[in-house]
This record gives sequence, structure tokens and C-alpha cells, in this order.
Amino acid sequence: MGYGLSFGWLKDAAGAIAHGAATTVFLIACTTVLGVLISILFAAGRRSRYGVLRQAVAVYVEVIRNTPFLVQLFFIFFGLPSLGIRLDPIVAAILAMTLNMAAYTTEIVGAGLDAVPKGQSEAAYALGLKPRQVFVKIILPQALKVIFPALTSQVIIMMLESAVVSQIAVRELAHEADLLQARTFRSFETYFVVTLIYLGLSMAMRRLFVAGGRQVLGAGVS
Amino acid sequence: MIEFTFWDILRNLIFATRWTVLLSIVAFVGGAAVGLAILAARIAERPWLRRFGSGYIALFQGTPLLMQLFLMFFGLPMLGFRIEPWTAAALGLTLYASAYLAEIWRGGVEALPRGQWDAGASLGLHRFQELRLVILPQAFAITRPAAVGFLVQLIKSTALTSIIGFEELLRTANAINNATFEPFTVYGLVAVIFFVLCYPLTQYARMLERKTPAH
Repeated sequence: MGYGLSFGWLKDAAGAIAHGAATTVFLIACTTVLGVLISILFAAGRRSRYGVLRQAVAVYVEVIRNTPFLVQLFFIFFGLPSLGIRLDPIVAAILAMTLNMAAYTTEIVGAGLDAVPKGQSEAAYALGLKPRQVFVKIILPQALKVIFPALTSQVIIMMLESAVVSQIAVRELAHEADLLQARTFRSFETYFVVTLIYLGLSMAMRRLFVAGGRQVLGAGVS
Repeated sequence: MIEFTFWDILRNLIFATRWTVLLSIVAFVGGAAVGLAILAARIAERPWLRRFGSGYIALFQGTPLLMQLFLMFFGLPMLGFRIEPWTAAALGLTLYASAYLAEIWRGGVEALPRGQWDAGASLGLHRFQELRLVILPQAFAITRPAAVGFLVQLIKSTALTSIIGFEELLRTANAINNATFEPFTVYGLVAVIFFVLCYPLTQYARMLERKTPAH
């Protein structure tokens, strides 16, 4: 008994797949912006003079990095309501993704901050800049340039991992695939097509980041 | 109606952890074996073999593991294999691990100075002997922290196999949660168990990193 591959369903499914892909892009866009902002704060906290703050960030990073994303997601979506915090699936997804990614990018951002020579901030202070100006205008741009490739990889890893949020019924790409294959009974073909779309997304994102990085941070970003 | 105490929940979860551990070991060992073959292709002299190696790695690193597992679960039966969650999970994670380990080791091979190959050749070694006796032992040694770090990632990844129906820690937790309606306790405990498995390895990787001389 042979099994023939069939892609006839694809024409009617294109809209749903496009919508799912758009949701995935939306999720990762929110996560990237929030995650990078949080990790800048946390990286600063990791270097603060308050021991409690340093410890708290260290514990957060270790807990997130040593537990699976899926468990974190279930804990936030199913566990938090028993404390009275009830979240919309899409909010829970963005929260879980942001907290997860920030644990990795906090270390990356921190390494970038450490890589900026001390003379840079000393020179800026000597020119009479205020501490906030020194951080935002002198330190941060240079740090971002150093860590840009690592940050890009981390964002793409998170985008691929976001397929998991289909499990709490966020209608992103993987969840659209689940719904489609239940309707068409073409499981393999559906997941095959969607996997290729993820592959295309990750390659497109890498190009976009490299091009965008050159634009914003100047030459020398790979 | 069965009453679950805290200890019942914990005992059941710890019992289910052996499947998580077993799957991690199988995938790591299998992934190392397949990964060696991919590494050999990736650093081969023939261009088409190199392209195959880098394409394989790019494919597995550029797509979600969840999709890979689904393709394995739904695709293998089409080739005539009778597939169960355990087989799909073990095979899927093995291939996933092989791509990552091959890439890690390739980094090690390329970090070695060219003179190591030349020295091997001057001793009259064939390419295979060079790899086995000179290159790979050094490449493994300098990439050990990264490999241990990947093992942590692999252990965490086994949680995804609960979605294709493999009865590991997280799937057992889902079942217990459905019976007890105590998601906070149940998923909290799952997180603690994963942490206990992963944290010592993370620390070990860090220790190795401090010891390994930078190349």
C-alpha cells in the first residue's frame, strides 16, 4: 500500500499559514524589544553596588537557564492563576519568551558592557557628560556593536523555540499547523511546509539583522 | 476519587524522571555517534560532502525542534516503520543532537593550528589516522565545555517529547495536574527536578571552561 504525498490543500491553507507566520513574527518582535531592554537593566543590576540586586539577577539567570522553556510557559500560564494572576495566552507567551530570552541576553549584554574600555567612560566624564549620557551615548552603542552577532543568534533561537507556545493555544505558525493537519489529515505535508517556512524565517531574520546592524551600528558588524 | 498528597505527586514525578534521564543519555550517545559522521562529512576533502554536512547542520539548527519531532512522528510511518512516541523521540533528539555536536566539534577542529595536520602527515599517517590520533582528541578536549553545555540544552529539550506523547517528566506532570488541579505545585516541582538535573552540569561546564586553556 503506497502513500502519495499531496499538497492540494495548500491553496486554501495559505491564508491561515500567512496569519500564523505573522503572529510568530509579532511574538518575536515584542520579545526582542522587551528582552533587550530588560537585559540591559539586569546586566546593569548584575554590576550594581547592591549585593542583594546582584544576587537576585544571578538567581534569576540560573533558574531560567537550567529549566525547560516549556515548563516555564506552563508554570506561567497554568500555575500563576492559582496566585490570582490570570493571563491571556498571547500575554503569557510574550512574558515567558521575554523572561527566557532575557536570561541568556543578560549575560551577553553584560559581556559587551565589560568589553568597552574604561578609558571611554573616563573620557566622556572628562568632557562633562552626565552619567546617564555616558551610558546611553558612549558605552551602550559600543557594547551593542560587540555583542550584535551573539544577540542575533539568541533572537533566532528564541524564534524557533516560540513554536512551543502553540501548546497554550496561541495562534502562531505551529498552532496553525496543528489545526490544519487536524482538518486535512495531511500531517506530514503540513509540518513539512511549516518547517520550511520556519527555515525561511530564520534565514530572512539573520539577513535582516546583519543589514540592519550595518545601517544602525555602522560597518564592522557581521 | 484518588487523593494525591504532596508526596504522591513528588514520588510520581521522580519516577517519571528516569525516562527523561534515559532519553537524554540515548540522544546524547546516539547524537555523538551520528555527529561524528556529520563532522567527518563537514571537514571532508570532497566539496559535495562538505556541502552535505553544512546543509544538514543548517537544516537542524534553522528549524524548531518541535517541528522536527512532528516530522519524525508523522513521517516515519509513511516509510513503513511502525513508530511509537519513544522511537520518534529518541530518533528525533538523536538527529538534533548530532547537528549541534558536529558543529561544536568542527569549531574545535578548525581552532587547531594547521601544523597539527602537517605533523600528522609527516609521520606518514593517513587522513583517517590523522583524524583519529592527532586531530580529534585535541578537538574533543578543547570543546568539552561546549559539549557539556549542549547536554544541558538536550536535557531541557526532552520536555518537548511530551507533546508527541512520550511519557517523560512533563507529560506525567500534565496527567497529575489534570487529576489534582494543582498546577503551581506540579509545574513548580517539575522545574525543581529539571534544575537539579541541569545545574550541576552547568557548573561542571563552567569549571571545565576555566580549566581549558583558551585557543
